[in-house]
Amino acid sequence: MELTVTLLLFFALVGTAVAIALVRNLFAVVMLSGVTSLLSALLFIVMDAVDVAFTEAAVGAGISSVLMLGTIALTARHEKAPKRISLVPLAVVSLTGMVLIYGTLDMPNFGAKDSPVQTHVGPDYLQRTPEEIKVPNIVTAVLASFRSWDTLGEVTVVFTAGLGVILLLSGLGRRRRRGRGPS
Amino acid sequence: MEHHLILRVVTKILVGPILLYGLYVQFHGDFGPGGGFQAGVIFAVAFMLYGIVFSLRELRKLVPDWIVHQLIAIGLLLYTCTGLVTLFLGGNFLDYNVLWSVAYKGQHYGIIAVELGVGITVFAVMLAIYYAFAGRPPQLDDKDW
Repeated sequence: MELTVTLLLFFALVGTAVAIALVRNLFAVVMLSGVTSLLSALLFIVMDAVDVAFTEAAVGAGISSVLMLGTIALTARHEKAPKRISLVPLAVVSLTGMVLIYGTLDMPNFGAKDSPVQTHVGPDYLQRTPEEIKVPNIVTAVLASFRSWDTLGEVTVVFTAGLGVILLLSGLGRRRRRGRGPS
Repeated sequence: MEHHLILRVVTKILVGPILLYGLYVQFHGDFGPGGGFQAGVIFAVAFMLYGIVFSLRELRKLVPDWIVHQLIAIGLLLYTCTGLVTLFLGGNFLDYNVLWSVAYKGQHYGIIAVELGVGITVFAVMLAIYYAFAGRPPQLDDKDW
């Protein structure tokens, strides 16, 4: 049953990707990329990664779509049809895909007991969370307590990204210059 | 979107529950899925929805740029200051055990403070990016869609 659901979701994901490549109306493309995010979120739920699914649904389907809509409002609403069909991009994409699939052959099976993920620090976190932190959601315990430094780094990255966007796009400098009046 | 009566009414009904859900995700992150990142995004989405339907000008009156810009820094400061407080209380940086007489309660308070910092920064950054993108002309005409 789980395999069927996973396969179904993966095929829907591939179908959406193909549709994104073929559709020329950019509004539809933005909506389809939202669909991609939702499908990925469902896949994460099937893999029991609820927190990741949550983030994917909120950021991928929610915020990204809005920002993409904002972007196409500033640029164009239709993609120009390509004049000639070139095979180089297709070859590059196929090659990369094949390399990635080849890479997964060496990976441990999903949920395998003896994989490095399960044998390194994972058991330690699982064991210590109920004793030392006593929060039911171990993901929160790992993110905010055991690996608090990492999360501080992530927040700093978000902070820097916001700073960059404000400085580059929001036109604060322009407004201030105009406020000073003609000189 | 002045003439979209249904959108305006539905937005008015939806914004409140979305904000409430954001707060739930923020403060219930210890017990269920979620946490600061998701809560910040959900909280920002409520404001964006308002901005899309009731025009950006209305939203900017409600949440001016300078508040958003300060919130970006306040969130990060809250996170860092939690670490500094634990330093001054005799622990390591971000070692919440020293925040309370019982170690695991200290952990709870530390996690809540830190997640709040994450939530505030993510919320403000999302809103700032939205302002930066949507605040640039040309404004969209309904007929263009």
